[in-house]
Amino acid sequence: MFPKGTKRKFSDSGEEAGSNGDQGQAASTSVAAPRTLTSSYSLQRQSLLDMSLIKLQLCHMLVEPNLCRSVLIANTVRQIQEEMTQDGTWQIMTQALAAAQCPSDRLVATEVLCRQTDPATAAQAGQSPKPFSVVGLEEGYHSEEVVMEGEVETEVTMSTLSPVSQQMPSASYLAGPFGMGPCWEEEDEDGDGEDEDDDEEDSEECVSEGEEGDRDHLRADSRTGEQVFGTFEIKHPVPPADPALEELFSDVDPSYYDLDTVLTGMQSSPKMGPYDLLESLSSHGPTTLSSSSTCRSDLNELDHIMEIIVGS
Amino acid sequence: MAGSSDGNDEVQWCFSQVKGTIDDDIAEADIISTVEFNHSGELLATGDKGGRVVIFQQKPESKNLPQRRGEYNVYSTFQSHEPEFDYLKSLEIEEKINKIRWLPQKNAAHFLLSTNDKTIKLWKISERDKRPEGYNLKEEDGRYRNASSVTSLRVPVFKPMDLMVEASPRRVFANAHTYHINSISVNSDCETYLSADDLRVNLWHWEINDRSFNIVDIKPDNMEDLTEVITAAEFHPNQCNTFVYSSSKGTIRMCDMRTSALCDNHAKLFEEPEDPNNRSFFSEIISSISDVKFSHSGRYIMTRDYLSVKIWDLNMESRPVETYQVHDYFRSKLCSLYENDCIFDKFECCWNGNDSVVMTGSYNNFFRMFDRGYRQDVILEASRDNCKPRSVLKPRKVSSGGKRKKDEISVDSLDFNKKILHTAWHPLDNIIAVATTNNLYIFQDKVN
Repeated sequence: MFPKGTKRKFSDSGEEAGSNGDQGQAASTSVAAPRTLTSSYSLQRQSLLDMSLIKLQLCHMLVEPNLCRSVLIANTVRQIQEEMTQDGTWQIMTQALAAAQCPSDRLVATEVLCRQTDPATAAQAGQSPKPFSVVGLEEGYHSEEVVMEGEVETEVTMSTLSPVSQQMPSASYLAGPFGMGPCWEEEDEDGDGEDEDDDEEDSEECVSEGEEGDRDHLRADSRTGEQVFGTFEIKHPVPPADPALEELFSDVDPSYYDLDTVLTGMQSSPKMGPYDLLESLSSHGPTTLSSSSTCRSDLNELDHIMEIIVGS
Repeated sequence: MAGSSDGNDEVQWCFSQVKGTIDDDIAEADIISTVEFNHSGELLATGDKGGRVVIFQQKPESKNLPQRRGEYNVYSTFQSHEPEFDYLKSLEIEEKINKIRWLPQKNAAHFLLSTNDKTIKLWKISERDKRPEGYNLKEEDGRYRNASSVTSLRVPVFKPMDLMVEASPRRVFANAHTYHINSISVNSDCETYLSADDLRVNLWHWEINDRSFNIVDIKPDNMEDLTEVITAAEFHPNQCNTFVYSSSKGTIRMCDMRTSALCDNHAKLFEEPEDPNNRSFFSEIISSISDVKFSHSGRYIMTRDYLSVKIWDLNMESRPVETYQVHDYFRSKLCSLYENDCIFDKFECCWNGNDSVVMTGSYNNFFRMFDRGYRQDVILEASRDNCKPRSVLKPRKVSSGGKRKKDEISVDSLDFNKKILHTAWHPLDNIIAVATTNNLYIFQDKVN
C-alpha cells in the first residue's frame, strides 16, 4: 500500500459524491511528503464534509431516526475537521469565506466547528476546534434546546474568540446553502444524480420518502426552533414546510444552477450540486480573497432570493 | 459439517422453501426484520416491520422418506406490537419487531420475547386441541341457559377439536428505555434477561415487569460528548453472570455482574488495533459492530462489522483469532455506500449448531458461509430463480474489476436494495433460514 507517514487516502477514488471534475488526479494521491495535499484529496475531503453535514441536518427527516448513524456521521465530520485544522486548510477556507459577510440569521450551525475551546490555546498551532457534538439527539432525537455555554448567540461567541473572530460569519456561510430547506436537498440530488450510479437514486428516494413521511415532523421542528443535532440551529425562522414549497423549489430548479454560478462568480459545468459550490470555493483558496467583492454582491443576491423563497 | 457424497466433505445447500409474496412491489409492513429458530429448531419465528410475528413449525419427518427433513408451515401469526405515538415528544414509535428470542421450553407451551424500539413483550404460544362440551348452565354457543329448564345434570367432557394455536401476551415490559432497543438476550439462569438500547443495558426479571435494573450506562453527562453507542448485547450461553456488548467504535466489552451492580467498567475489552494502511475517513464507520453472538460453546464471540466477520477467543482481548472478509470488493466503494446510507446497514451473523461454520448476509441477496475448520467459504444467493425443490445452490463469484470471467458477477451490478440482513441456523441440523427484504428462504443441505 502506501509507505508509512503518507497522508490517508480516500478509499473511493473512482466514485465521489461531489461529482468532481478532476477525478483524473485521483491517481496522484501521493507518496509525497506527509503534509502535502493534492487538490483532488482536499476536494474529496471537502465533498465528504459537505455530504456529512447534509446528512446530519436531515437526520430528523429519516423515517427511522437513528442515534448510531448520527453519532458515526458526527465523528466523521469531527475527523475531517481535525485533519483540516492540522493542515491549516480549515483556516484558509474560513478566512476566504469570511470575506463574504453573511447576515447572522443564516444557518449558523457549524460555528461550533470553528469554535475554539480556549482562545488562548487556540492561538497555538494545531489546536483543533471544539468537536462537533451530538447534543439534542437524545429523547427520541427531538432535541431540547441546545444550551452550550455562551454560544447561543453567535455574536457572543465571536467576541470570545479573538484569534478566530472571523470564523463565525464564514461558518454560517459555509452552512448557508444548506439552510434553504428540505426540498433543497431533493433538488440537489436531482442535479447530482445524473452521472452517478444507481446508488445515488436510492439515496434520493430515501430522502424524498423521508421528506414526505416526515413533513409534519419538520413543521413541528421549525416552528419550535428545535435543533435535531445541537449545532444546527436554524436562527432564521424556517417557513413551515408544505407541498407548495416543494412546487416552489421545483420551479427553482433550473435557476438553482444559475445561483451557483452567480455565487461562485464563474461559469462552471452546468450540473453543479452543493458539493461543487463549496469545493469550488475551497479550491480557490486564498485566491478567493481577491474575488470577495464579487462574492459580496452575489450574496446580496442570495439574500434577495432567500427572501422571495421564504416569502417574508 | 455433515458430509455428503462429495469426497471433499463439502456441504451442498439445496433450496427447500420460500415464504412470502412474489410481488416486486414490496409492502413496507412485510419487510422482515428478524428471524430466529427456537432451541429445538422445530419452530422458526419471523418478525416484520408491521409488528407481526409469524411462527413456522416443522412437520415431523415423514416415515416414508427418512432423512428428508420436514417442511416448515405456518403455525401461528399474531400482531405483537402496534404503532404508538409518544405525545410528550411528538414521536411515532415504530411497531417494527427488532428482535425475537425464544425461551427454553419448560412445558407444552412455547414462550418468546419480542421487542420493538421501546417495549418488550413475553408471548405464550400454546396449542389447544380439545374443548369442553356438555356444560349444564351454558349452551354450546355460550349463552346461558335458563336455570329452571335444567332437569338433569351431566359432567362436561373434553372433546377433540381442530388444532388451534393461541398466542397471548403474558408480560409487557415497557417504559424502561429512552433510546431504541437493539438487543434482547435470555439469561441461562432462567430468571432474567437483558435488553439493550443505544446507551443503556437493563436487566429484567421475568416475573417483574414494572421495573428493571440498569447494568450498563454509557450516556455521557453532556450529550455533546457522545461519540460511541451500544450496538448489540448478549448473555453468555452458560455463565449467567457474564454478558458482552458491542459498540459503534468496534469494541466489545465483557462484563461480570458479580463485580458490581453497575457494569460500566468492563471485565474485558476486545479491540483490534487499527491497520494504518487501511485508514480512511470511513474506518470508524465500517468498524462499527452490527451484531455480536456467542458460540454455542461459550468459548468464542463472533462480531459482524460492515465488511468482515471476526471470531474472538474470550481468553484473548488483543485481536480476533479469525477474520473473514464478507465483501471486501466494496472497500473501494465506501464513499458511494456512505452517500446512499448503505454503509449503515446492520448485518447479522450466526453460528451453526456445532460452531464449525458461521454465516452472514450481504447485498444482491447474497449470503456467505465460512467454514472455520476447512477454511472454505462460499457465496450463495437467495433468489426466486433457483426455487426448484431440492435444487442445489450454485456458488456465486464476484469479480471486482478487470476481466470478468463467465459466471462471475461484476461488483458494479450488485443490487444494494437486495440485502440479506437476517439469517438463522437451525441449532441441531443443517437447515438455514435466510431473509431477503420480504421473503424467507429455507435451505437445507443435500441428503442422499
